[in-house]
Amino acid sequence: MELISDVSELRGGMDPGNSDTPRLPPPVRRLPLEDVPAARQASPSAGGGAPAPGGFTGARRSIGAPQFSIRRMEIDDVSVSYSNREAVKSVSLPVRQGEVLSMIGPSGCGKTTLLRSLNRLTELTSTATLRGRILLDDVDITQIEPTLLRRRVTMVFQQPNPFPMSVFDNIAYVLREQGSRRQRKKTLEPKVHSALDRAGLFEEVKDNLDHPALKLSGGQQQRLCIARALAAEPEVLLLDEPCSALDPQSTQVIEDLIVKLRDDVAVVIVTHNLQQAYRIADHVAFMYLGELVEYNSATALFGSPREQRTQEYVSGAFG
Amino acid sequence: MEESYPEEYGPRWSDRRVERMLGALVCAVVALLLAMIVIVFVKAWPSFAHNGLAWFGAGGNVDDQLNAIFLSGQAGAEYIYTFHAWPLIWSTLLITGGAVTIALFSALFVAVFIVEFAPEWMSNVLQPVVRFLASVPSVIYGLLGVLVLVPFIGNHLVSESQKASVAGVISLSGYSLLAAVTVLTVMIAPLMVSIFSDGLRAVRPGWLEGSLALGVNRWRTTWKIAVRTARPAIVAGTVLAVARAIGEAVMLAMISGSVGFAPNPADGAIFIFEPSRPLAPTIVKNIDQLSSPPANATLFAIAAVLLFSAALLSLTGWAARRAMRKYGATA
Amino acid sequence: MGAPVATSPAAPPPGGAPPQPRKAAVEGSATWRLTDRIGLAICWALGLLFCAIAVAIAVYLFLQGIKYLRPSMLVTPASAGFTQGESGGFSDALFGTMIVAVMGISIALPIGIGIAVWLVEYGRPAGLARVTESTIEAIAGIPSIVLALFGTVIFSSTALGFLSRTSDGVVFGRSFFAASVMLSLVALPLVVASTREGLNSIPRHVREASYAVGKTKAATTRRILIPASRPQIATGAMLGLGRIIGDTAIIVVLLGATQNFAPVEGAAFPFNYLRGAGTTLTNFVYEASPTGNLNQPQKAYAAAFVLLLMVLALNAAVDAVHRRARKVGAWSS
Repeated sequence: MELISDVSELRGGMDPGNSDTPRLPPPVRRLPLEDVPAARQASPSAGGGAPAPGGFTGARRSIGAPQFSIRRMEIDDVSVSYSNREAVKSVSLPVRQGEVLSMIGPSGCGKTTLLRSLNRLTELTSTATLRGRILLDDVDITQIEPTLLRRRVTMVFQQPNPFPMSVFDNIAYVLREQGSRRQRKKTLEPKVHSALDRAGLFEEVKDNLDHPALKLSGGQQQRLCIARALAAEPEVLLLDEPCSALDPQSTQVIEDLIVKLRDDVAVVIVTHNLQQAYRIADHVAFMYLGELVEYNSATALFGSPREQRTQEYVSGAFG
Repeated sequence: MEESYPEEYGPRWSDRRVERMLGALVCAVVALLLAMIVIVFVKAWPSFAHNGLAWFGAGGNVDDQLNAIFLSGQAGAEYIYTFHAWPLIWSTLLITGGAVTIALFSALFVAVFIVEFAPEWMSNVLQPVVRFLASVPSVIYGLLGVLVLVPFIGNHLVSESQKASVAGVISLSGYSLLAAVTVLTVMIAPLMVSIFSDGLRAVRPGWLEGSLALGVNRWRTTWKIAVRTARPAIVAGTVLAVARAIGEAVMLAMISGSVGFAPNPADGAIFIFEPSRPLAPTIVKNIDQLSSPPANATLFAIAAVLLFSAALLSLTGWAARRAMRKYGATA
Repeated sequence: MGAPVATSPAAPPPGGAPPQPRKAAVEGSATWRLTDRIGLAICWALGLLFCAIAVAIAVYLFLQGIKYLRPSMLVTPASAGFTQGESGGFSDALFGTMIVAVMGISIALPIGIGIAVWLVEYGRPAGLARVTESTIEAIAGIPSIVLALFGTVIFSSTALGFLSRTSDGVVFGRSFFAASVMLSLVALPLVVASTREGLNSIPRHVREASYAVGKTKAATTRRILIPASRPQIATGAMLGLGRIIGDTAIIVVLLGATQNFAPVEGAAFPFNYLRGAGTTLTNFVYEASPTGNLNQPQKAYAAAFVLLLMVLALNAAVDAVHRRARKVGAWSS
């Protein structure tokens, strides 16, 4: 029996197209700097396996330049650890109203932990400790009542979680908790309608406001959750991979919604979908293993990233 | 295809055989229940037939009627069936209603406390406590009631003037509504606490986290979302507790009093000290009368009423849980 | 008490010293309205009240039991006497409890396991399965006094005269047999529910693995599924035992109002005892209380204490079984 002396012999048998050298990931193509909405030239897909992740083929930014930008939250040298494992290491970021901040990075890089620390949800885990400061309108959030903070900084989760009530009651639930006296349905109605309107859901449910919320489709449920989060009239809206459980059409609708919202609230969105970040973010923060590797405007980060690791990630060398 | 099985599990234990055997067992149990229902109602029929709907009404002294019924059962005499059970029914309603109301309120708060708000050391203490209270046999509750609570009420809570005011009719010796409701509450509350806690724990954590993330504090999140979602469990626990309360015979026989007296709320403060006797203890107290046919029928009639109430309760619970499924609460 | 307090730590010094890790957050008081705080206070009050009641019951019974229980009571049958000290003990009651418990659970266990196996493994036709489930639930909801009355009808019939005392053709209908059969009905729903839980928790691939090597369903159930559900079956049996031991209504009605064993003459041992009347601890406590015929509160406390110890021992056994089952681990499903 012949020994195989050259790996390429094997390859040659299996891969008719490429019989001389083993395949290496192709070099990173740098994308041009301008914000041209037209279809861009794609960088070729990265090596190995599956669906071409680096394929920005046809990916277009749905978001124009921000009209204005007001600094809302300041993340200042924040580290979060769970019992002895550091999940977030010394991250500093600004969060501005008027623009969408997207946090990207592979699983386990700490982006969700950082997001949850913005509204002090990390405190629900008894083993979590936080160092550094987070400021909301120049006030340290640890000095603000957690419940009040969470009305100003609301969150939408990955799995849509509408309450087991009617659509109307889901939104009214938030509104009823704001006031100290019982409010009647008549006074709440306009606010509920406006919240649904802002979330782009009103047209679809206006005839069925008493329908159980759990009967809505996945995309509608998530928009309901966004409407609920908006009903609290927050200053910052946090979104934790809001579209990962949804189909492409619903994703599209929600992405358009997010872009529209950025003028009213500061939007922070965590996503593992690079194309999504490219489509809708003004600024992107790339995190890896708890550290903030690069923070830049979206066009810059995807077009000409400063760090080597960022380059490798956006081109799909790892994920 | 019994021939193809290996020798060891040959035709003797083939699947079809076993299935038939077990099926027969199951049918036998179902038949037993049906037989029970039929026999109880058949034996009870004479009492209902002779009294009609007046069986449930008021009229006359229940104890005297029972006595007359029993005595008439002697050979040769004409059977007497006259029986108006209202004082017994009223006593059952009062004691069950009172105990279940108080227990529902307490058990709900305690369950919420155990699941959400108690510090760890406290819930580690409370859970064994609840289990302990649930496992004490009812006769021991009765014993403590009759040797501790009843004398306490009779000697310390009821004043002499109050006793004198009803001296001709009843004696306020401590066997009372108050004693019965108190002990019955302590008996059924632990059952409700365990069922409620299980229901609260089964709520989707995503809802609770979502509510907290919208700026609602933990107390309101627990009550508005968790308790609301656990409503089917609350209904189930309440139905179980009511069934237990209605059927409780021995403990109430020891505590509630031996007279078939209908406590009168118009009596004012004395009302809670009045003795009475619900339906189930009446059977126990008069169990020696079974040999007399009319008394036998009367006691079975009482049992039939108990059986019917238990069935009605189950149906109500089932219907309530179905209605709650509309908004997605797990049933 | 546990009124919520603001737990926000001070802003860390510029050096970045870590704040103390916080326990699960109770939010600061500002957003808790007055009603919320009253509610929490009620929670604490009721929780402490429950603890206080339980402690009071346990301590009081313990003290009274220790005071009045003498070891001789456990081995001396009751006898007539003028004072409580002279009237012997309650050994008959103690044995009676044990007999009734063993007999009751020996009937309930095989029947309960059989029903549970049928419901989980077979269950055809579906209508019969639903009816069966409802039947078991219904049996669980029937008051035991009604079961007792039904028992009087069944066991007084001449066909079942061999199960109790007969004299001149009149079947007495009260015996250990009668009581045990009806008590098994009390334990049956618990056994069925626990066994079903145990069988349902076994993942499907275990059964399929057995069928794939040619074993019949019956063999699989007997050799694999039931042994695997042993913790749950044991739990169900012990819960059932607890209910049997604690039941009084059925005993009072179906066991006869005696304080001692009253064996049937002329029958062979042990049937002479089992066909005869007798008493159990619960019946003894009932009779010895002021409501019963004896009015011997001291012996009532002693018997109640022994009864409580038995029930608590059963509870502890259930806990031990759970803890062992958790250590062994669950199926990989």
